[in-house]
Amino acid sequence: MTARIGIAITLSLGFAGLCAAGAVAANASTSARTSPGPHASVQHGRYLVRAGDCMACHTASNGAPYAGGRAVPTPFGTIYSTNITPDPDTGIGRWDGDDFYRAMHQGIARDGHRLYPAFPYPWFTKLSRDDVRDIKAYLDTRARVRQRDIAPKLPWPLSVRGAMAAWDAMYFDAGTYRADPGKSAQWNRGAYLVRGVGHCSACHGDKNFAGAVDAKHPLGGGFAEHVFAPALTGGKRDGLGKWSEQDIVDYLGTGRNAITTAAGPMAEVVSQSTRYLSEPDLRAIAVYLKSLPAPPQDDIAEADAAVMRHGAALYLDNCEGCHLRGGTGEPGAFPPLRNSSAIQARQPDTLIATILRGDAVPATDADPTGLAMPAFDKRLDDGDIAALTTYIRQAWGNHAGVVSRADVKDLREKLHRNPN
Amino acid sequence: MSMRDSERGKGHGHRGGPTRTSRRTFLKSVVAATPALGLLGCGPRHGSAQARTPVYFTPDEATFIDAATQRLIPADDLGGGANEAGITTFIDLQLAGAYGRAERWYMQGPWPHGIDQQGFQLKYTPAQIYRDAIGRVEAHCRQQHGKPFAQLDPAHQDDLLHALEKGEVDLGDIPAKTFFAMLWQNTQEGYLADPAYSGNRDFAGWKLIGFPGPRYNYVEDIGKFGRPYEAPFVSLVGRDPSAYLRGES
Amino acid sequence: MAKRERPVDVVLVGFGWTAAIIAQELTDAGVQVLALERGEFRDTVPDFATDTIQDELRYAVRKQIFESPERETLTFRNSADQTALPMRHLGSFLPAAGVGGAGVHWNGQCWRFLPQDFEIRTHTEQRYGRKFIPESMNLQDWGVTYDELEPHYDRFEYLCGVSGTAGNIGGVKQAGGNPFEGARKRGYPLPPLKRCASTVLFDKAAREAGFDPFPCPAANASKPYRNPLGVQMGQCTYCGYCEWFGCGNYSKASPQTTILPVLLKKANFSYRTRCNVTRVNTDNTGKRATGVTYVDVDGNEIEQPAGMVVLCAFAQHNVHLLLLSKIGTPYDPTTGRGVVGRNYAYQITSSVDVFQKEILNPFMGAGALGQGVDNFNGDNFDHGPLGFIGGGYIALWNTGGRPILQHYLPKDAPTWGSGWKKVMHDNYLTATSIATHGSVMSYRSNYLDLDPTWRDDYGNPLLRLTFDFQPNEHAMSDYLTDQATKIAQAIPDATHHVKKRDGHYSIVPYQTTHNTGGAAMGADPTTSVVNRYLQSWDVPNLFVMGASVFPQNAGYNPTGTVGALTFWAAEAMKRYLKNPGPLVSA
Repeated sequence: MTARIGIAITLSLGFAGLCAAGAVAANASTSARTSPGPHASVQHGRYLVRAGDCMACHTASNGAPYAGGRAVPTPFGTIYSTNITPDPDTGIGRWDGDDFYRAMHQGIARDGHRLYPAFPYPWFTKLSRDDVRDIKAYLDTRARVRQRDIAPKLPWPLSVRGAMAAWDAMYFDAGTYRADPGKSAQWNRGAYLVRGVGHCSACHGDKNFAGAVDAKHPLGGGFAEHVFAPALTGGKRDGLGKWSEQDIVDYLGTGRNAITTAAGPMAEVVSQSTRYLSEPDLRAIAVYLKSLPAPPQDDIAEADAAVMRHGAALYLDNCEGCHLRGGTGEPGAFPPLRNSSAIQARQPDTLIATILRGDAVPATDADPTGLAMPAFDKRLDDGDIAALTTYIRQAWGNHAGVVSRADVKDLREKLHRNPN
Repeated sequence: MSMRDSERGKGHGHRGGPTRTSRRTFLKSVVAATPALGLLGCGPRHGSAQARTPVYFTPDEATFIDAATQRLIPADDLGGGANEAGITTFIDLQLAGAYGRAERWYMQGPWPHGIDQQGFQLKYTPAQIYRDAIGRVEAHCRQQHGKPFAQLDPAHQDDLLHALEKGEVDLGDIPAKTFFAMLWQNTQEGYLADPAYSGNRDFAGWKLIGFPGPRYNYVEDIGKFGRPYEAPFVSLVGRDPSAYLRGES
Repeated sequence: MAKRERPVDVVLVGFGWTAAIIAQELTDAGVQVLALERGEFRDTVPDFATDTIQDELRYAVRKQIFESPERETLTFRNSADQTALPMRHLGSFLPAAGVGGAGVHWNGQCWRFLPQDFEIRTHTEQRYGRKFIPESMNLQDWGVTYDELEPHYDRFEYLCGVSGTAGNIGGVKQAGGNPFEGARKRGYPLPPLKRCASTVLFDKAAREAGFDPFPCPAANASKPYRNPLGVQMGQCTYCGYCEWFGCGNYSKASPQTTILPVLLKKANFSYRTRCNVTRVNTDNTGKRATGVTYVDVDGNEIEQPAGMVVLCAFAQHNVHLLLLSKIGTPYDPTTGRGVVGRNYAYQITSSVDVFQKEILNPFMGAGALGQGVDNFNGDNFDHGPLGFIGGGYIALWNTGGRPILQHYLPKDAPTWGSGWKKVMHDNYLTATSIATHGSVMSYRSNYLDLDPTWRDDYGNPLLRLTFDFQPNEHAMSDYLTDQATKIAQAIPDATHHVKKRDGHYSIVPYQTTHNTGGAAMGADPTTSVVNRYLQSWDVPNLFVMGASVFPQNAGYNPTGTVGALTFWAAEAMKRYLKNPGPLVSA
């Protein structure tokens, strides 16, 4: 299960979740490509497809790669990813470069129907035409899989494709990324990746009732499925304010850094996507993210003393073995909880989900271990987890909101209904 | 040819086989091993062992175990004894489970007698040993004293336990020493094992000796030489295992 | 008719420490490796998770983490004039089943043997004369030297993240380390573990007794550690559940915490669990292994062809398989001829329990948290006036204070009743124990063969163990215990309970899982099963790993040496694969 799945927006259907990289791109850090040969185009396309983590959505559990069929739950209903293999009848084998570009750039399929924005065309629209071409070149090399797409299960009027025209009109502006001349090429490359192929705000941005990302605060933290993707802005408490550029590079490249380790959906994003990015691209992303200002801080209510005592006892009994006293964690092994932006995120859902389900650090070539945490869903009840997470979010100088029993209960039920 | 294996259907697994011992299966095993608790749903926290319906023992056997274990670990100035710690329930559940059935033991004949160094050579499982031996001890009591073990005065009970310990009572096929050693071993287990197994109730055994329970981090405490460790007692199922056993979590 | 699987380059019998190392090395060399494991797959989470593993009853007492004798056990007797009877349940030693093998449940006491241990026959004859060696003793050199193994010890220690203080780097003695150890090329990868109250007591008392204490080498990580394969370990938190338990926070070295994260991702490695290997198959010349036969969980007999076979099971299981497969000449105790099953050895242990006043909090411990002295190990002392061969270390290990099995009671304490409660109450937090851990030599009368009566679940004869402690070992152990008592006596305000190892060997009480021999390595095919590279003299594409190749046992826990020998053998296997044939001509 991947963060990028429930993506931003509501629903999607569409078929291809694709990606891209390059506009400003091309002249920033990837090598300047004037006229790439077919091999170079395919190789670059593979890089972009990984950068966009296309496979995560477009492959069903135990299914053939890129053949679609993966259920994507949205608040509005279930949609299914589509077959983007080159199969002529059920995939995109008959699509030409212009068809594909229109889907990526405008969210319109070859037959003219509008795609649901669970397919991240609101981000992919930023991609350069060359990058989109390379993505298609790579997809064309994949094994053809004959597998029909599954119709979305959506209520009226969303089931009417035409309804998406209204959505697009309200929330979508097509347009390739335009470099900000006041910023460095590196910054622009980072912005291109983050806002485009990386579609980071799909998870890390707040969504409105219609599932569109808040354009004014696109990286201020948001829900991705059942977990909260923390802010990527400059907040020192719950953002990246205390992270160095190198910390960001390490995190995206290996799933961990001196501060924390990737957990939950982001662990999968690292292992399937960001770890394949080049060091210059990771650094460009870091430069861009570090330029984002800190948002104003909310007022935080202090937890009840009895809750803190209960939480402290549970922390001693359940957590100290690895995260150590004072939430210091162990550098390189177990993430610190003290001073952690993930722990202090505006919403506690990721923390709660990690406790309920357990988790593992992504295993990468550079970091093969995959250190894991057991699930505590059987051992701790809702009240326990509420007290424990409240404690962790307010102990040792941490400063984040109180967690209620109902918060835990809701999430536990959601995860139970949808274990993925 | 592994008939026994397939008959028992203990699971299958090739690559990353599914039969993992997880906490979940552990909890299930505790629950499975405590059907009485599961059904009643509310074992009393401080009741005597008799308050729970035994799973394996007959009522008379449970009465014997209550009486015998309370002499092995009596209530005294240092705290409660075997009955207060729930040891009869513990042994009962152990005998009703894999241990009682000798599931992991090699139980193929022939069965000649061996020497001490060769260890256990009886064709009986622990559950069978208890049943047979308790019957014979009770018969011995009725013959010698005209009443069951539980009704003897403590001094006579102790005398009989000493006689069993020294192998001076005839229990048929089962050497009295073997039965006594098993009873005493299981009694200690019931007093000192994690309360998740229904003995060591209210941490009786651990409180006596000062063992705090399964804690996972002494990084900072280990260097505090000579100082008592103060964190509260804890079990595998938390600080109040009785709450778990009541099905509350 | 057995089903036939697709051939592989190399098949490993068992998937514990030695298999994981061999698999890692040979897959790096580009060959396809398959491991067949009779137990289950296991990993830190969920199988040993912090909220699961600290269960003394389940794992240590009911022994659910070890092999189950239900299906296959061995029979045992002290001497050939007795009838061996089945070991009905585990006791004296605790072999493993399951991925990771005993590497999952060991303590992490990770030693190097002394240089003289590998050349014990030559060394003893030179120093004490030929006649010093009892007639009945099969004292043998190993065919490999410490200097040859040193780089491989180093590799194993860096793989595991061993915590310790070096005593001899490049021949230069190092303060605080073991002054008797062989020269090492560099120090340990991690500093020693923290000391606890009891190891501090021991250290002081041992110095007062005139000995040279040092922190014992521990494959429990004193700090977070990343090994040369890039695998990350956490720091030990002294929870006191190492031996007989898996580690929940990645701090005890095991195949799971040091190798498997890399190995399991390799395309040229695979493993199958619940596969019990019953035969090594050979061609009609008997000189070439063609693979193995195993029984799967459904009782199907399956043939697995392979270009090379490596036995990586526990010591006596390797020997059992050789005997069942009729590879090599079985040892005949009446003539003294034959080699398979010869050289079985064990270790001899004793203790001096110490009862003093200071609170020691014994439950704060780690499997290899110990302070030891090596003054009486190997030939670190003059055996001339003593008349025995061998020695051992003396150590205070604070492995934990698990209440059922790790409490100490004074001599003559009441065994039950209120008196027992009082001694438990008075002593649990303040008592400790000094252990001795002594070598056992090999003898003509101690050996392994096939039992004529009892069979395992697969219809094969059980292995038969004939073993007893000999006068040489009792004399050595008594001497060692006397030295340990001197240390105990130097602890102030204390009383002692000296527990010598008297009488015959018994298979009942737990002593140690350091069973060795039966497939000895050596330079002479008439006294060894495998050559110095652990390659079968009889079947050159068969190798035997583990402590089954020890010609006799030394005074240390064997895992460090098993690890070093495995890396050493892996190098030889790579040479073999390039140019198949005997690596040593017989």
